[in-house]
Amino acid sequence: MNKNKPGTLAYKFMTQKKTLALTLMVLPGAIWLLLIRYLPMFGIILAFKDYKMPKPSAIKDGGYIGDILSREWTGIKNFDFLFGNPMTGKFIRNTLLYNLTFIILGMVIAVTFAILINEISNRFAAKTYQTFMFFPYFISWVVVSYFLFAFIDAKHGLIDPSWFGISNFYQDTKPWPFIMVFSNIWKLTGYSCIIYTAAIAGIDSTLYEAASIDGASKWKQVLHVTLPHLRTIIIILFIMNIGRIFNSDFGQFWALPQEGGQGSVPNVTEVVDTYVYRIISTTVNMGQSTAVSFLQNLIGFICIMMANTFVRRIDNESALF
Amino acid sequence: MSRTKKISEKSRLTSVGPLGQTLIHILIGGFALMCIIPFIFVVIISFTSEDSILQSGYSFFPQEWSLEGYQSVFRVGEQLWRSLFNSVFVTVIGTVAATFICALYSYALFRPDYKFRRLFTFVSFFTMLFGGGLAPTVVVCKNILGLQDNYWALIIPLLVNPFNIIVMRSFFQSSVPFDILEAARVDGAGEWLTLFRIVVPISKPGLATIALMNMLAYWNEWFIPQLYITKDALVPLQYLLVKMQQNARNLAIMSGMPGADISNMPTQSLRMALCVLIVIPIAFAYPFFQRYIVAGLTVGSVKG
Repeated sequence: MNKNKPGTLAYKFMTQKKTLALTLMVLPGAIWLLLIRYLPMFGIILAFKDYKMPKPSAIKDGGYIGDILSREWTGIKNFDFLFGNPMTGKFIRNTLLYNLTFIILGMVIAVTFAILINEISNRFAAKTYQTFMFFPYFISWVVVSYFLFAFIDAKHGLIDPSWFGISNFYQDTKPWPFIMVFSNIWKLTGYSCIIYTAAIAGIDSTLYEAASIDGASKWKQVLHVTLPHLRTIIIILFIMNIGRIFNSDFGQFWALPQEGGQGSVPNVTEVVDTYVYRIISTTVNMGQSTAVSFLQNLIGFICIMMANTFVRRIDNESALF
Repeated sequence: MSRTKKISEKSRLTSVGPLGQTLIHILIGGFALMCIIPFIFVVIISFTSEDSILQSGYSFFPQEWSLEGYQSVFRVGEQLWRSLFNSVFVTVIGTVAATFICALYSYALFRPDYKFRRLFTFVSFFTMLFGGGLAPTVVVCKNILGLQDNYWALIIPLLVNPFNIIVMRSFFQSSVPFDILEAARVDGAGEWLTLFRIVVPISKPGLATIALMNMLAYWNEWFIPQLYITKDALVPLQYLLVKMQQNARNLAIMSGMPGADISNMPTQSLRMALCVLIVIPIAFAYPFFQRYIVAGLTVGSVKG
């Protein structure tokens, strides 16, 4: 009985045993995070060194870590290429404009659809629609790029590029802003709808009852009951997305325009994430690539912190941390 | 149960008129159809004969149906079976390992009486906010940890996902009453026994959600192999699809049949057939497991 009383030696031993057991459980994940997530953070020093991926034969006794540490410090020279580079303005513009469009259009469509789905009186049909709409969420962007190819391939595709006065979708910049926005909405609307439908399902039905007794039309009910209840979640998701405005889904911007293959429209599809990868895969200049992602991470970190502060002001409970 | 009842009551009370209903069905139904039509289109192409593709392009109503796309998938063989094996192997091992590690980690974070709870919550959460970037990660994984051209390289990079840890911890918080753990402790059960005998059985829906998310992540991954895999023998299906996009001839080259005659191989329908084979497991399984994913999404929106 004494065993469970604080202060005794047995109790101390027990808590220590418990801490040890729980720490053992944390350990595999913690080691992974340390190696795969925290160790690369020290790699940010690459941004300030002259470092191209060395050949394994060039590695001496110190191994790769010793090799990196022995490289010459170059200050901010790795950042220089961003200035006066015509691509810099383009990939920053693309990242921001695409993300803004995805956030605003995606939200408007998903909320509208969620409200409409909730009005469908045939619940079986509503469930089926939602299941269909959720399908694109489960497939990879590479598979989506095959779907897209089937429609817009210049040789065999269903859509003839000449209808739009161009010769090849994969070589012409004009259609891509539309294709990117469309495919993003196509892939993610089902997913966002789920979140909003869940929020709508949580609204007290007596509110609608009261509203309809008071003679509120359907439109008025949406305006004065549904939307005010969704307000908080809409604002929170919006701000959180703004916090990630410098990050893009690499898969979408690499696989859809087939940048690894026949496509060549980087002017309108290059975003920060693809640019970082392009430097690695073409020039192997790890220093410059790290410089770009360091800036991206830094700005992203500041954005998300600001976003979180905003959310905290609106609704303390919904803040990320 | 009560929720669906509430919805049907609500919609009966305030439902829009028949004209409105029709319009909603056209709009939402149309969009829903649009979400699956590309898949159906690709299925049709995969069953189209090469001749009709060359003559009149991809079509919803091909002039001539044919199984040659699938026949050549099986004829090309070797690389395909190899990739299929790689995908299944990596998905199975990865899902089990990732789910196990995630459950252990989030269980400790869930315990309010765990001494280092705040520390390890921060350790996992901070990685969602800041990272080293792609190039340092590649240097660390490829050169320092040796994740190159081996199965480790396909499994380890996706092993831990901080978002899943948050979701799983929220599941524990909502489904495991702390009193049960107290009772187990009074009965003299150790921490591991408590976890596997008491917590795991009552957290099965949560574990299923995490397992499914991991499964999808592993099955759909193609960027990790693009970074770390150069040997054909280790290429998983999704990456094979990427490589075929870069060069349709790759397939014949990679098939490991030096004398293979690719000139009469139906490359168009073959590519689409492979695409269909990758999507089919998901297309047939997701209607059954989507409720778990939905549960994960709605619980996951609980704050970190």
